[in-house]
Amino acid sequence: MRPAPDAMALTAAGLAVEIDGVRLLDAVDFSATPARVHALIGPNGAGKSTLLAALAGDRAAASGTVHLGGTPVARQSPKALARLRAVLTQEHTVSFPFPVREIVAMGRHPWAGSAAAEHDDREIDAAMAATDVSHLAARTVPSLSGGERARVALARVIAQRTPVLLLDEPTAALDLKHQEDVLRLARDHAAAGATVVVVLHDLNLAAAYADDITLLRHGRVVATGAPADVLTAERIEAVYGQPVEVVPHPRTGVPLVLPVR
Amino acid sequence: MAAAPAVAADAVLPSLASNAKRGVTPRTRSALLFAGLAVALVAGIVISAGAGQLPVPPHEVWNSLLRGLGLSDAPEALPNTDSALWNIRFPRIAMALLIGAALAMAGTVMQAIFANPLAEPGVVGVSSGAALGAAAAIVLGWTAFGDWVTAVAAFAAGLGATLVVYLASRAGGRTEVVTLVLTGIAINAFAGGALAFLTFIGDTGSREEIVFWQLGSLNGARWPEVAVMLPLVIVAGTAALLLGRTLDLFSLGERGARHLGVRVEAVRIVSIVVVAVLVCSAVAFAGIIAFVGLIVPHLMRMVIGPAHRPLLVASALGGAVLLLFADLAARTMVPMADLPIGMLTSIIGGPFFFWLLRRTRRRSGGWG
Repeated sequence: MRPAPDAMALTAAGLAVEIDGVRLLDAVDFSATPARVHALIGPNGAGKSTLLAALAGDRAAASGTVHLGGTPVARQSPKALARLRAVLTQEHTVSFPFPVREIVAMGRHPWAGSAAAEHDDREIDAAMAATDVSHLAARTVPSLSGGERARVALARVIAQRTPVLLLDEPTAALDLKHQEDVLRLARDHAAAGATVVVVLHDLNLAAAYADDITLLRHGRVVATGAPADVLTAERIEAVYGQPVEVVPHPRTGVPLVLPVR
Repeated sequence: MAAAPAVAADAVLPSLASNAKRGVTPRTRSALLFAGLAVALVAGIVISAGAGQLPVPPHEVWNSLLRGLGLSDAPEALPNTDSALWNIRFPRIAMALLIGAALAMAGTVMQAIFANPLAEPGVVGVSSGAALGAAAAIVLGWTAFGDWVTAVAAFAAGLGATLVVYLASRAGGRTEVVTLVLTGIAINAFAGGALAFLTFIGDTGSREEIVFWQLGSLNGARWPEVAVMLPLVIVAGTAALLLGRTLDLFSLGERGARHLGVRVEAVRIVSIVVVAVLVCSAVAFAGIIAFVGLIVPHLMRMVIGPAHRPLLVASALGGAVLLLFADLAARTMVPMADLPIGMLTSIIGGPFFFWLLRRTRRRSGGWG
């Protein structure tokens, strides 16, 4: 894995986001640093996707700021942002029956006309191989399964080749092996210097793959830090309303979150 | 570098496999399509110029064409050939080509920014909005300010209708089929009612003109109209082609397009103006000719795929060919009568739209 173009921190300070007068995020302080995987967790409606959208520059802040590489995202042009961060959303619909390879190639659009465009084909092939969709190159999206669509969308995001990756539930539609593959891929990118922020529902995946975890509830940060510090049984029970046991993995020592059944 | 050939082989093999299945490569398909359209275009022009109350054989059409361009001084084989061709048939053919290209490109652009293959200027009410503008200009006497007022009124009303549809039918950066079609029903109903009112209060002359706009016809197309239409189609068509790559990205939804660096708002505004210019100029000169913008891009997409640059070119050609033959049918199907062409395209387009609707529904598992 070659190093990412520029290491880049992504931070939010005192961030509040409102939609139709409803405050979805309030006083959120967040910091994702290069070469680390930062997981966002929390119950449904906690504001994870909203935070990701705000970090991506999709949602304007009602108050507070989001900085990418030291510059407010609100002040960067769509094109400049597209060269700095790639976003995997939860929706992977494609309106017209483009062949898979053309969809992945769309990820290279921000680099059109730049020196990096020279590597388009190589980046596309590499991204498709990394997400295990090379064999689908000539297929069209409507003919793919949900999991295949999700991986094609991920391949497009990887092909964009940005120093910051924002992934909203990248494992949602995937089988066991592909879930692990995707998070290994996120780890590889972090190892190469990328800043990775990933929304996850599976606390065990978060514990196993993230360097940092931020736990959200009702649009506020409940805790942020190393997995072992954030994932305590009392806190998870308080936030999710579900009693759990947290035990260290017998071999790796990573916290395992087990619902009390 | 050692890995490069392996990667290339990896990328080529699956596409070879699927091409073997389909029999021809995408490149061959697109070459065949463009060749077919070019042949149909030339044949259509010669047949259409030769057909009518004064039949002209193909070689005479050719001679007259050369004479008109000052490239030949061979005498007319039949009297009045040149005047029939150059005063009536050639401008009408030119208009059919331009309007067909304009409507098909407008449909393609509209479908791209709505991210919905069912968006079409006639279906969503842009055409009837433009017709309403034209009718208002006629009945309310604004034409006293000049002939172009009708076209400007058609343009303004059509642009307004496009904006209303766009603002009303999108949710979360996409347009659902139901919302789109219902918005179209609402706008068409309003425009229909307003047109009926104008027909009611207008005098006999105005009424005839309004009926012309509602049914659509190329009857009466002359060189001055062609001279206005041509630059509009060239400018708007070029703008659409320049947007081609960006339009592809709209398939990912507006958010996805924005993540790839697209200035979504700006592209949207330019696209809406392009659609309005193309549709409204067509409506201003030929009335409502519906479904061309639906049928043509859809058929072309089935053959060459959805990438917008080639699709726009193919649609422009396909639209020109379709309208050329539709107008030929309108002129010659019933002896001594000039059928409204908009009526013909609707009779064919309505069932086609229905079939598309069913297909879209089946694919998405509902009316999404």
